[in-house]
Order: sequence, then structure tokens, then C-alpha cells
Amino acid sequence: MSLLYMPRNSTYRVIAILLLVVAVIGVGLHFLPSSSFPLFDPKGVIAEKERHLILLAITLMSLVVVPVLLLTFWIAWNFRSSNQNATYSPEWDHNVWAEAVWWGIPCLIILILAVITWTSSHQLDPSKALASPKAAITIQVVALKWKWLFIYPKSRIATVNFIQFPVDTPINFQITSDAPMNSFWIPQLGGQMYAMPGMSTNLHLMANQVGSFKGLSANISGAGFAGMKFTAKSTSQADYETWTKQVQGSKTILDTESYVTLSKPSQYVAVQEYSLTDDHLYDEVVSKFMDSTMQTQ
Amino acid sequence: MNLFGRLTLLSFHHDLIQAGGVVVMGLGVFGVISLITYLKRWKWLWTEWLTSLDPKKIGVMYLVVAFVMLVRGIMDTLLLRAQQALSVGASHGVLPADHFQQIFTAHGTIMIFFVAMGLMFGLINLIVPLQIGARDVAFPFLNSISFWLFVSGVILVNLSLIVGDFAATGWLAYPPLSELGNSPGVGVDYWIWSLQISGVGSLLSGINFIVTILKMRCPGMSLMKMPIFVWSVLGSMFLVAFAFPILTATLTMLSLDRTLGMHFFTAGAGGNAMMYVNLIWAWGHPEVYILILPAFGIYSEIVATFSKKRLFGYNSMVYAIVAITLLSFLVWLHHFFTMGAGADVNAFFGITTMIIAIPTGVKVFNWLFTMFRGRIDFKTPMYWFLGFIVTFTIGGATGVLMSVPAVDYELHNSLFLVAHFHNVIIGGVVFGYFAGFSYWFPKFAGFKLNEKIGRYSFWCWLIGFLLAFIPLYILGLMGATRRLDHYDPSMGWQWLFMVAGIGVVVILFGVALQILQIIVSIFQRKENLDLTGDPWDGRTLEWSTSSPPPFYNFAHLPVVSERDPFWVAKQRQTNTAPQPQYVGIHMPKDTPMGIYIALFSLLFGFAMVWHIVWLGLFGIVGVIICVITRSLDDNLEYLVPASEVARIEANRLTLRHG
Repeated sequence: MSLLYMPRNSTYRVIAILLLVVAVIGVGLHFLPSSSFPLFDPKGVIAEKERHLILLAITLMSLVVVPVLLLTFWIAWNFRSSNQNATYSPEWDHNVWAEAVWWGIPCLIILILAVITWTSSHQLDPSKALASPKAAITIQVVALKWKWLFIYPKSRIATVNFIQFPVDTPINFQITSDAPMNSFWIPQLGGQMYAMPGMSTNLHLMANQVGSFKGLSANISGAGFAGMKFTAKSTSQADYETWTKQVQGSKTILDTESYVTLSKPSQYVAVQEYSLTDDHLYDEVVSKFMDSTMQTQ
Repeated sequence: MNLFGRLTLLSFHHDLIQAGGVVVMGLGVFGVISLITYLKRWKWLWTEWLTSLDPKKIGVMYLVVAFVMLVRGIMDTLLLRAQQALSVGASHGVLPADHFQQIFTAHGTIMIFFVAMGLMFGLINLIVPLQIGARDVAFPFLNSISFWLFVSGVILVNLSLIVGDFAATGWLAYPPLSELGNSPGVGVDYWIWSLQISGVGSLLSGINFIVTILKMRCPGMSLMKMPIFVWSVLGSMFLVAFAFPILTATLTMLSLDRTLGMHFFTAGAGGNAMMYVNLIWAWGHPEVYILILPAFGIYSEIVATFSKKRLFGYNSMVYAIVAITLLSFLVWLHHFFTMGAGADVNAFFGITTMIIAIPTGVKVFNWLFTMFRGRIDFKTPMYWFLGFIVTFTIGGATGVLMSVPAVDYELHNSLFLVAHFHNVIIGGVVFGYFAGFSYWFPKFAGFKLNEKIGRYSFWCWLIGFLLAFIPLYILGLMGATRRLDHYDPSMGWQWLFMVAGIGVVVILFGVALQILQIIVSIFQRKENLDLTGDPWDGRTLEWSTSSPPPFYNFAHLPVVSERDPFWVAKQRQTNTAPQPQYVGIHMPKDTPMGIYIALFSLLFGFAMVWHIVWLGLFGIVGVIICVITRSLDDNLEYLVPASEVARIEANRLTLRHG
């Protein structure tokens, strides 16, 4: 039992447990399909660049973190009190060159990261229009309690919790909220953007593959927040046009009146499709909060 | 107007799980009260502890309250993870969404304001006056008010479990969700008023310790001879003094919106919710450094002591602390890159954020080179330190990763973010305070903690932490967002939430072992008595007095000529020099006035939550009367006669030399 008191021994035991934990999680991850990791399975140009950026930043970090961890364990091990062979200099408390090195190296790495940050922030600015031979499609997004309303002003259609758009075509999302703040996010296409009442934010994305992607709200907005899911479907131009026509023929109409009904709180809402009669609905939703007599929320 | 405002019998309605919480809490309170009554310790408790102005006793009380709240905070986590492990597909788990949201809001609020802040102020109270060779803090009575306002905040938060409900908005209560239209209940008001009351306490403490450190250092202790812990506390307290007024003002504006129908942050009528988000983080980011800086200071003390070597790069350490203190006010926007600010703004705040990594990295290297060529004694505090280096380095790296705005767009509000800040707060702050607790425990208890149980507890915390948060990093990369009470089974998240839940249980084992460690150590205290006052071969002044120190800390105020004064004195063997004549010592008289002020504040806060006008007036008038009464009292100090000092000191020397 006296061995139990030896830190080294229990350290080995704990390291074994830690390795086991890593192994279990590793094996578990192995059984997951790659599509489980939307961030590493990008389907759009922005998401691809963001993944590249994530991996680059992780690599740069590892250049610091791994040596530091190895150094920590080596120093802790080598200068343990039982190792009487190790040098012991209790008064040695500064060395200009050594300190210059560890002020300098982090400065250098942060300098590199700062350059990357500056360029990538401008290159991947969500409000920047994407270059493409094709004309962009505008989709207006309204976060409601607790569902997403999507308005296609040009096609004069609207949908709830579902969007469809052609592949390889820039999409200009204009985002607002007629509810508490939400965050609009399609991880496989790119980063998120807040949806705020009285504000209109922009997010430009472009899918470069056909498929159905998950969309969600990333910011808590009340009781039904977990159910604010939607599907973002990227299709061929022809399929997109067929779908638009079909929705345009929808008997359910979205106008100011039916919008009021729709904006009442509801949870886990199924997909709905509307033909749009109120062309300025989005602008009305954004500007209704400008009215100084509006006392709600 | 209703006599009891919004308060009705219905406010006491609970579902099963809430009722369980109430019963557990009630039993706990009842048990403590019965025990004290049975042991006939009420008078002792009142005179020796509750009314005490001795910072050492106030420090211990902070630690006790913080530890109780830690248990509550982890219990909350158990419920959260149970819900997330079960609420998949057709099942909606054990909690309704609203209750789930209240619990994570309470978890965040309690852990930051009442656990981390409590542990921090506890250790600062215990150690700072001793380390600077002072007998007390600058304003002993203010210190008592601070502590009791902190307790009032704790009581108000926990009261929401019994009467009414708590905020379901997340721990920073972003409007417009936290505005009246979206959160009409009392939850957000409980949140506001518990933070307002304890926040005033924090601000007073901040001012108190700034003055204490700047004005009460013993002769010879220039700023650059202060122990690094004191430097880190000075930085932290400056942050408190500059950041907490922002919190107070922001919460005031939110409460004006909610109670008087104003429009600071409402969606309509000219309100601006984005302003709230900016303001709350202008407090919130410095808050992170308020918590971590003293932890950095603790690590510096521990590494030097247990490596038996001078701290490497003292000057660098000081510059790093000052740099972090200043920079921490320049980074707040990184909490909301996704709000749609332009690329220039986002890039600026991204870069200022990563610049903080430089002084932080320098500190890590200085700690490593303090160990280098040292003789490291692996006592429990060193385990916490090494655990900190491993977890904090990873947490720091993921933080720098997310400071790149374009990366943050894909990780913001995901569980990756949640894993990151738990990584730095648990690995950095909590491990630091636990390290400090086990390091300084003998100083205020008079005996050492059981090493073996301490190590087991550490391993439970470390393994539990990894089990609880590695899955969260993975879940974040899988696109799982925070605060979800329900998700679809096709996401493949469930098993990871289960692993994370097991991690929480392992951490809870760690907490249980910490409690066991204290109990066992009390029973074994005779074997672990610290008669020398210097159990670890320490370097700074707190080890030069007895354990526990006399209430006046030092019979003769120390005179210091260099850093690590006690270590130097031991090397030169000057501490055995014959003691000169004792003189009488002026000490502040104990007073219950701090308790009364806090009690009236609590009544005021409760009245503000429930809109009970007469009670609110009663509370505020009560506070004012107490303050006036105290201000008119001139008889605040008493003299400890030289003979009494001589008696206590003789007693101590007898004990030391057997």
C-alpha cells in the first residue's frame, strides 16, 4: 500500500486512464460518418475557406502548444526533488536572452496570426458580395418566435423553415428578427450572422455542391429556440426554377394579415410555402421598430 | 396596488424537480441550523465569525459560501447534462425548455459571481494583508459590508428557486429576450437584483484592496518588492474598480426598462439592444481577467515555493500583469464578431485579443523556468499547477483560434465555445484557487490538509474535466450549439452528451473528495499541526507569523529590504534575533452593522423583484439609517494592550519550540 503514496505510481495509473478515455472517444468518433462534422465537410466556398483557416490556425497554435507541454513535463520530471543529480540554482531568477526569446517568439507568431486575421477578416467579410458570373439571389430572413421565415422578393414567394437555391450562385441573405435576437447559421455553407430586431444584417454564401444542409439558430431566443431548425437545399438551376414556379402557385398567401398570424409564437413548425403579395414585407418588419409609439418587446 | 406586488401564492408553485431542489436546500439549511443549536454555538458564531471584521475570518466565510454554491452549480450541471443525454427525437427529456433554460442561466450566474468571485475574494482577504505585512485591510468595516452584500446576492439567487422563477435568458440576459415583452416574469429581476447587490459589494472590495495594497504595505516593501500574488490582485482590483460600475449602470438601465417602461435596450421606441451587448461585455471581458489574474499570482507563489527557487523573471511577470490589465479593456467585441460589424472593426478586436496571448505566454515560460534548475516538491498545489498548465495551454490556444473573426463565425455560440471558456475558467481560475486553497490552508487552519485525498480529488477533477469538455469540443465541431434542450438523433450527438455527463459525475466525486479531505484533515489535525507557521519552507511574509496568525497578524510590523523577505531572512538566520519590547496595537471593533445593511439590501432587492413598494422603501431607509448610525459612531477601535500581545506571542513561541 505504501506504493500508493508514490506520486509517480499513481501518475502512471492516471495516464493509463487518460489514454483509455482518448481511445474510447477515438473509437466512437471512428464510427461517425464524416457528414457529422459539418465544419470539416464544407459544401460552399465560404465554408471551405473558413475550414482552411481553422486548420491553419490550429497548426500555428500547435507549434507553440506541443513544445510547451513537452517542455513542461520534461522540466517537471527532471527537476523533481528526488533527482539530486539535476542542477539546483535557487538564486537564478533572470536571463535577459531567455526572456527576450519568450517575449519574441509569441510576438512573432501573433504577428503572423494578425496578418492572417486582417486579410481573412476582409476576404471573408460576411457582408461582402461574392464574385460570380451568375447574378446573386436575395433571400430575406426573418427570425420569428420560433421559426425562420424566408422571403424571396424577386420570385415573390416565401417559405418557413426551408430554403432552396441554385448551386454555384451567390446568395445574399438579408437578416432580421421579429423576435428576440437569433443567429442564422448554415454550418456547411459558412459562418453565422445575428438576426436582430430593427436591424438588417447581411450574409453572403454560395453552395458549390448540390445537397440538403442543416440550418439552425445559434443564439438563445426563448422557449422554442431548440426547434428553430431549417433545411437549406442546393439544387440545379432548373430544379430551382421548377420549385419557384410551384411555390408561386401556392394557394396560401403571405400578406400583412397572414404575417401577423404566422408571427405568433409556435414551436417545432413544419415547412410551409407561400406566394407573396406584400412586396415590402421585409422592410416593414425591419422598420416597424423605428416607430416611436411601438411599445412591445 | 396589491400589498405584495406581484407576489401571490401561485409564486410558490413548483414542478417535481424544482420541488426536489427546494427540499434538498431546505434540508441543508435546516440541518445546519439544528446542528448549531444542538452544539449551542449561536453566540460563538455571531461574535467570533458573523460580526467579525478580521479579513482572515471574512476570507474563510467567503470560501465556505463559495464552496456551497459550487456544489449547487455542479448539481445544476447534472440536470443539464441529464436533459441533453435524454432529450433526443421523440423524447423531450426530464425538463421543460423553460426550466432547462433557467438552470443553465443559474449555473452560469452562480459559478461566475458566487463561486469564482467568492473563492477569489476569500483568498485575497486571507492572504493579501499578511503578504504585505499589514494588520488589516484599509477599510475593515467596508470589507464586512462587501462580504454580506455578496451573501445577500447568494440568498436572492437561491430564493428564486423557492419563490417565483429565475431568468431563462442565458447568464448575460441579452435584450430583447430579457425585456419585459419577452420575459414578463420575475426571473430576470431576480438575476438583476442579485447581481446589483453583490456587484456593489465587489466594487467596494475592489476599492478596499487597491487602497490596502497601495497604502498599507510594511516599511521597505516598494511596489517592485511586492509578492507577485499582490501584484496580480492589484491588477485585478483595478479591473474591478473600472469594470463593475459598467455592470451596475447596465443593469440599472435594464431594470429601468423593465420596471418603469423605459427604452434603453428595447427593440422598439429607440432602444438599442446592441448597446447592451457592448456594455455587458465591456464589463464581462475584464471580469474574466479579474478572475484569472489572482489565479496567475497564486501559481507564481506556488511554483517558486515548491521549486525552492526564486520566481523567474519577476519584472517580466509584473509587466505581463500590467499589460493584461490594460489590454483586457480592449477586446470586448470578440464576444460578438457575428453581430455584423465591419471587417476593420472585427479584425482590430481579433488582433487585440491575440495580443493578450503574448504576456500570458510569457508568464507560462517564466513559471517553467522557475521550475528549471529548481528542486520541485510535488505537493498537491503543484498537481493543480501542472494540471493548469496542460488545460490552460489548450484553452488558451482554442481562445486564440476563435479570436480570428472568420473562424469565430463557424464556432461562435457552439459547444466548442462553451468548452473553450470552461477550459480556461476551470483549468485556469478554479484550479488556481484550489491550488491556493491547499497551499494556504495550513496558514489559516493551523494544520495541513491530507495530501493523499487531495491528490485523488485533483485527479477526479482533471479526468472529469477532460471527460466533460473534450466531448463538448467535438460536439462544437459537429455543429452543436449551446443551450439546446432538444435535438434530433440523426445528429449523432447523444453518446457524446452522455460521456460529458459522466465527466460531471467524476468532477462531483472530486468535490466530494475535497469535502472528505477537509473532514479527515480536521480529525487528523494532531498529526499535521503546523507549529512553525511555515509548513512549506515559504518565501513571503505570511509564513513568518504563526498558523493561524494572531488576529493582529504581526506583533511587530515587518521591515522588508528585498523580494521573498522571509526566505532571505531564513537564509541569513535573522529571524531568531531577540524580539524587542511589545507595544499596544489598535484594532477595529467587530460590528454587526454590515449584516444589517446587507439584510436591508436583501429586503430591498426582494421588493424590487416583486414590486412591493412599502418593503422597498423600508429596505432602502433601513440601509440609510444603518450607514448614518455607523458614521456617527466614533468609538470604532480598541487597544490591545502590550501585555496581551506579549502573552499571545509567548504562547506562540512555546508552541513552536514545544
